[in-house]
Amino acid sequence: MNVELRNIHKHFGKVHANNDIHLNIPAGTIQGILGENGAGKSTLMKILSGFIQADSGEILLDNQPVIIHSPADAIHHGVGMLHQDPLDFPPMRVLDNFLLGRAGGLFPDRKTVARDFTRLAAQFDFSLDPDSYVDSLTVGERQQLEILRLLWLGARVLILDEPTTGISASQKEKLFETLRKLAGQGMSIIFVSHKLEDVESLCGAVAVLQAGKLVGEARPPFPTKKLVEMMFGREISLGARQAASSGRSVLELRGVALEDIRFQMSGIDLDVRAGEVIGLAGMEGSGQGAFIRACAGLTRPVGGRVVLNGRDLTGKSYHVFKHGGVSFLPASRLEEGLVPGLSLTEHFVLAEETRGIFIDRTAGHKLAEGRIKAFNIRGTPASPVESLSGGNQQRALLALLKSPLSLVLLEHPTRGLDIESVIYIWSKLKERCKQGAAIVFISSDLEEVLQYSDRVLVFFSGKVSKPLEASKTTVEQLGNLIGGKDWESLDLEKAHVKK
Amino acid sequence: MLKNNRWINLAFQLAALLLAVIFTTLILLAAGAPPLEAYKNILMGAFGSLDNFANVLVAWVPLLLTTAGLLITFSAGLWNIGVEGQIMLGAIFTTWVMRLLQDTTMPPALILTLAILAGMVGGALWAMLAGALKTFGGVNEIFGGLGLNFVATALTLWLIFGPWKRPGVASMSGTVPFDDRLSLTVFTGLRLSPWALVIAVAAIVVVYLLLQGTYFGLRLKAVGRNARAAFLLGIPTWQYMMMSFALCGLFAGAAGAMQVVAVYHRLIPSISSGYGYLGLIVAMLVNYQALWAAPVALFYAALNIGSIQLPIVLKLDSSLSGVLQGMLVLFVVLVEGARQQLMKKS
Repeated sequence: MNVELRNIHKHFGKVHANNDIHLNIPAGTIQGILGENGAGKSTLMKILSGFIQADSGEILLDNQPVIIHSPADAIHHGVGMLHQDPLDFPPMRVLDNFLLGRAGGLFPDRKTVARDFTRLAAQFDFSLDPDSYVDSLTVGERQQLEILRLLWLGARVLILDEPTTGISASQKEKLFETLRKLAGQGMSIIFVSHKLEDVESLCGAVAVLQAGKLVGEARPPFPTKKLVEMMFGREISLGARQAASSGRSVLELRGVALEDIRFQMSGIDLDVRAGEVIGLAGMEGSGQGAFIRACAGLTRPVGGRVVLNGRDLTGKSYHVFKHGGVSFLPASRLEEGLVPGLSLTEHFVLAEETRGIFIDRTAGHKLAEGRIKAFNIRGTPASPVESLSGGNQQRALLALLKSPLSLVLLEHPTRGLDIESVIYIWSKLKERCKQGAAIVFISSDLEEVLQYSDRVLVFFSGKVSKPLEASKTTVEQLGNLIGGKDWESLDLEKAHVKK
Repeated sequence: MLKNNRWINLAFQLAALLLAVIFTTLILLAAGAPPLEAYKNILMGAFGSLDNFANVLVAWVPLLLTTAGLLITFSAGLWNIGVEGQIMLGAIFTTWVMRLLQDTTMPPALILTLAILAGMVGGALWAMLAGALKTFGGVNEIFGGLGLNFVATALTLWLIFGPWKRPGVASMSGTVPFDDRLSLTVFTGLRLSPWALVIAVAAIVVVYLLLQGTYFGLRLKAVGRNARAAFLLGIPTWQYMMMSFALCGLFAGAAGAMQVVAVYHRLIPSISSGYGYLGLIVAMLVNYQALWAAPVALFYAALNIGSIQLPIVLKLDSSLSGVLQGMLVLFVVLVEGARQQLMKKS
């Protein structure tokens, strides 16, 4: 199906999120949409898929102007959207999820639907059990389910928003293969991403958005450097790796045992040294979350000792750890990290040491202005935090950290952020290391883990590896380990890694 | 494009008031009563004479005190429904201290001060009970508070008909009135006490300053809006919730104390007179902004007092003011919803 967008404008308050966007996507094309966070990609896709309406502009499907009022309306017109976080119902069965969204009929004909489902799944070589529960599926499988559902509902245009986040390499290959097959059948695929490599290997055309405007289009072979320049308005390069430092121990774990509903971990020994970065790799829910929270005093270990700067803090509360110089930055920024409804100034005032009873508003405002400048946050002191983009929220969280710190613990510090923000955030974190803080972070991006860590711990269903030297580890090795392979070789290897 | 400025907000609020009046008028017409006459009566009943207006202020005092307290718990994200019981416990503690000290030779001013302080402590303790149930027992403060309200009512009745009953025969009219020297000074010829007014106004000013300008208020707001993030920012979350309960209880207890020492001079079964629930409504109506609490509470007090005349003059039930008050809440919420929809569209 041909998709054409003409003169699309969308304002959110003062922000011009989409500024006069023209885009023509002929049937059978895989169209990539590139752009950093807040560039207007999601807004444009939400307009096309009926979640929001444009202030002005036209949408044409097969040269017919259409007005799309809602997502249900969009699917009626043949436009289906796959969201970054799958919009499904985890406690329900695969088949029930498949059925949802279909109009008509008080009593669904489950038998026919099950047959349709199996046929459709076989067509794309997806192995999904219609009777299993969705919460037992991986993110990749949930995507597959959602794709099948949209196709079954008659989607002829498929929009995918950051679909390669959180799925394994083999699932990504399968996804790409599926998308190519669909494009071959004359469907239009719109692939929204900020990952250049994915876009380059998949798409037949790319449009780049920056600050709400369409700044360029390209066809393969893609000029990578130029795309990056268009996305950010300038050239970007990754920072150079730093040599591992070997300072004193900031945090010592001695025979720590942790319990989770899913697993038990025991006998964890680790010395975290001042100035070093330790990356925690593993599939979501392999135990790294429990581990990092134990380092922060948020979970109590069931055995062993946790020693911070020489003080035994085993079993003490998070606030004791915090006073001892530990900071924890959670993955869900708006749910756990920041307080929606409060302004940036109010956040900075909250994070500071209190002086007296009454708040000095002018001092608070000055403090906020300074931090906003120092951390390059796009916002004003009075901006409520929920109005900031993801990258700016993460910057704000970093700006809230106190000085000096011994240990910074981060869950997915750069998840969902564009390259520029990622580089910026890591440069700020490395500054902390130079000041003597140690960093422990979780990331599902293996390249990030290897790029920024000095040492890596791998987690697999409650097992913890010995620390691996990041410089001597490859992405493939790490990929195998988080998938549970090659753990035998680790015991041999650690003998010469250990000092 | 509609701008989010205060004049437009005010226009919407006035529209809500108008809609509430129109709806109440329809009800009056359906009941066969003359609407204009009824409104005139309410107006005269509230502002027609110095006496009447003084009575409005008498009702304003406990309402403002409870609203002030509730602004604190609302800031912490808590629905302190138990405020009604906290008023009662304030009244009970005050009565208790008065009974203990009334026959001593202590100066009346000292007895009154101690009694009011005791009332505040009583309210705070009852509120902290709801807080403890929430913090340590996992009982939602709405359910806990509601339960404690029933217990407080039962306790009041038991005291009036049991240990504190009038010599001879217990009655719904309450305990034995205290001696005249043990009542708060009133303006000559009126039931209104200047001290009660001062305490109520001071309360709302203190709460305003507390919530607007202090670290405590800011932290409380953080806890109310995102307890999890507040905890990670280093705020002792449950302690702050407990403190907000305690503070609200102090103000509610003061309201109960005022009812005893300035209005009824004894403990009566309906000592809280529903000011707790009314306070919840006022706090919601002012959108948790302390500055507006005083005028809105005055308006509600005026409605309450004004409608007392209705049964006598027009043979209408005085619950008419309740209808108007209820309509007002519904329409304000409704209009606010409509306003946000419009803002989104524009």
